[in-house]
Amino acid sequence: MATVSPALPPALRRKRRRERARTLAFLSPWLIGFGVFFLYPLASTAYFSFTHYDGYLAPTFSGLKNWDYVFTKYPPFWQGLGNTLWLVAVMVTLRVAFGLGIGLLITKVKTGAGFFRTAFYLPYLAPPVAATMAFAFLLNPGTGPVNHLLGEAGLPQPGWFTDPSWSKPALTMLAMWGIGDLMVIFMAALLDVPREQYEAAELDGAGALQRFRYVTLPNISPIVMFAVVTGVIQTMQYYTQAIVAGKVASGVIGGSGQQFESGYPHGSTWTLPQMVYNLGFQHYDYGSACVVALILFALTMAFTSILLRRKSGFLTED
Amino acid sequence: MDTTRSAPPVRRPLAALTAALCATLLASACTGTNSGGGQDGSASGQDVTITFWHGWNQDNEVKAINDNVAAFEKLHPNIHVKVVGDIADDKAQQALRAGGPDAPDVVSSFSTDNVGKFCSSHVWADLGPMLKQDGVDPAKTFPAAMLAYSRYQGNQCSLPLLGDAYGLYYNKTAFAAAGITAPPKTFSEFAEDAAKLTVPDGDSYRQLGFMPNYHGYETSIAHYLGQYGSTYFGPDGKSDVATDPTVAAALAWQKQLVDRLGGFARLEKYRTSFGDEFSAKNPFATGQVAMSMDGEWRAASLAEDKPSFEWATAPFPVPDDQADKYGRGYQTGTIVGIANGSKKQTAAWTFVKYLTTDTDAVVSFANAIHNVPSTLAALESPKLDADPNFRTFLGIAKNPNSATTPASINGGAYQVSLQNLSYAVESGQQTDLKAGLAATAKEIDDAVNQAK
Repeated sequence: MATVSPALPPALRRKRRRERARTLAFLSPWLIGFGVFFLYPLASTAYFSFTHYDGYLAPTFSGLKNWDYVFTKYPPFWQGLGNTLWLVAVMVTLRVAFGLGIGLLITKVKTGAGFFRTAFYLPYLAPPVAATMAFAFLLNPGTGPVNHLLGEAGLPQPGWFTDPSWSKPALTMLAMWGIGDLMVIFMAALLDVPREQYEAAELDGAGALQRFRYVTLPNISPIVMFAVVTGVIQTMQYYTQAIVAGKVASGVIGGSGQQFESGYPHGSTWTLPQMVYNLGFQHYDYGSACVVALILFALTMAFTSILLRRKSGFLTED
Repeated sequence: MDTTRSAPPVRRPLAALTAALCATLLASACTGTNSGGGQDGSASGQDVTITFWHGWNQDNEVKAINDNVAAFEKLHPNIHVKVVGDIADDKAQQALRAGGPDAPDVVSSFSTDNVGKFCSSHVWADLGPMLKQDGVDPAKTFPAAMLAYSRYQGNQCSLPLLGDAYGLYYNKTAFAAAGITAPPKTFSEFAEDAAKLTVPDGDSYRQLGFMPNYHGYETSIAHYLGQYGSTYFGPDGKSDVATDPTVAAALAWQKQLVDRLGGFARLEKYRTSFGDEFSAKNPFATGQVAMSMDGEWRAASLAEDKPSFEWATAPFPVPDDQADKYGRGYQTGTIVGIANGSKKQTAAWTFVKYLTTDTDAVVSFANAIHNVPSTLAALESPKLDADPNFRTFLGIAKNPNSATTPASINGGAYQVSLQNLSYAVESGQQTDLKAGLAATAKEIDDAVNQAK
């Protein structure tokens, strides 16, 4: 039923206007930032995705040509999409599980907790490029110490970053090595779980697994959700480690007649963000690059929305 | 629990749409290039300062280019050159696009793959009229391969400024130990020698005759195709990788050699034990491989690194059915052009003409940085470095059958497509060569059409 609001006295209307103006004034830095750094680039990307634009000449409207090219005439798109989704599914799951596991272990350690916290946090401080190069050295199939040890133990020696079936698992190992950020967040959450709930559960006869399932997990579920959502967003933008690992392992410097092969080996580390760069800055096809950027944005939004909508079934209510 | 959701106010999406439209209008207003002009007064003696961006960064290279600039300024006292070095292609491209008073007038690039884009989008000025006005005939001035990579569909928007030629480096000590008396000239001889020079060590090698894998540093498919003289694009502008028989022949020959020398997996594992290409740990310098395909710069590196064996250079072998073409090789190099937006194109052209066509300037620069000179006159100059190993590459550069990767409207994208196929073939992932080449040709054509 529609309701009619009674006319406000002029003094009250002025007061409300002032309040709105004040609110807008306080919000304006964020609004300007939102407009300049999010809305404008997003709208530009959408606009350029319908244009033929090489970065030099003025863009011309090309309708759905770029979309058609990316989906039907550019074979690397589907491989890059598959790799990105693989990384999201596997890397995010393992990072959250591993970060939570390490957090749990460290909170249980009675002596030397500080040492273990530092030891697990330190790798996170390594710059991604340096960390990736170090891993490429460690996992070098020909000279790396890891394969040397595996060989000594009589175990198979994978090709790691040079083998398409091992390159993504190798990148996942690298991601788990730098788990320090998640570990700290999980530790803080775990230490925040009320002790009395564990005591009550113990009195009820709950074992370790039941205490984790019915006490720990419900208490830290918002943090798990945070880790999953931010993990999905980060992994959808996965670029640096994949490109550095590919470049180091391939041994190709690049140059005329010798193009650097993104996604080495055999496109197995080829991701959507690399595609955006390559289409834009190697093919000079900014329109198609914008199409992939929009797909990436839409996928990230979709994943995040689904996760946040599902949270009501997962998060505990205070 | 209340599960109903209130409908969003209609005004919000409208406001967002309006903002988006405004933003797109702003975006479209910020693009495009402007053309410059040539009347800068330098021809009548007026003082003009031009900005020159280049990518050299090694001490000897920077000194060499600065010496060249100083010699130019001595000849043309009214033209001053502001030199900015160590500039990557991406940065130069952005500056050319943005224009403005700080943008470069003259730009050099190490990658000839960008020529197609520079020419087709007119980011670099067409030098054709300037060459004609000054009576410079490009065909009589520059080697054919170098000319091919510096122009696109008749637009000569860049000129070669020193080049790289690819040939064979061989370990003379290892050759003698294996009883080989001369460098191979055909692929059959080469494969025999590579096998003779290979010394297995368990599942690896004590010495490998040659690393044929495409990731073996300079052994990319494009560099192999230089030995076949493959053309990449037909007269209609479409990819001919599926119809030019030399492409299939090159892929098949390489695969055969891979299998003969131990198989892809074994070779790849050995390859990962190699040191950095541009260091004393290069596998040829360390003796890990006895023959190598490489550019002329390696001769200077080897002379400096002094490996523990004797070595020499020769042209890389050619396919058996093209034995008469022995002496050819793949060629590439540095290019230099003038920004279309430059307001000082007369002075810029005077400078570019000096850098690229003055025989003494080209020769002294080539000697200083151990690159191949880029004019026919300079290649014949008696002032050139007389080192016989360097002379091998001068011969390749002079050879009219030497080949290059042509300029394309979308840069080196066609090479990436072909490379990807080559990796799939050598690893055994793609066994149907005909189907693979047809799909690659389609991929290249689709990408080129997309760029037009």
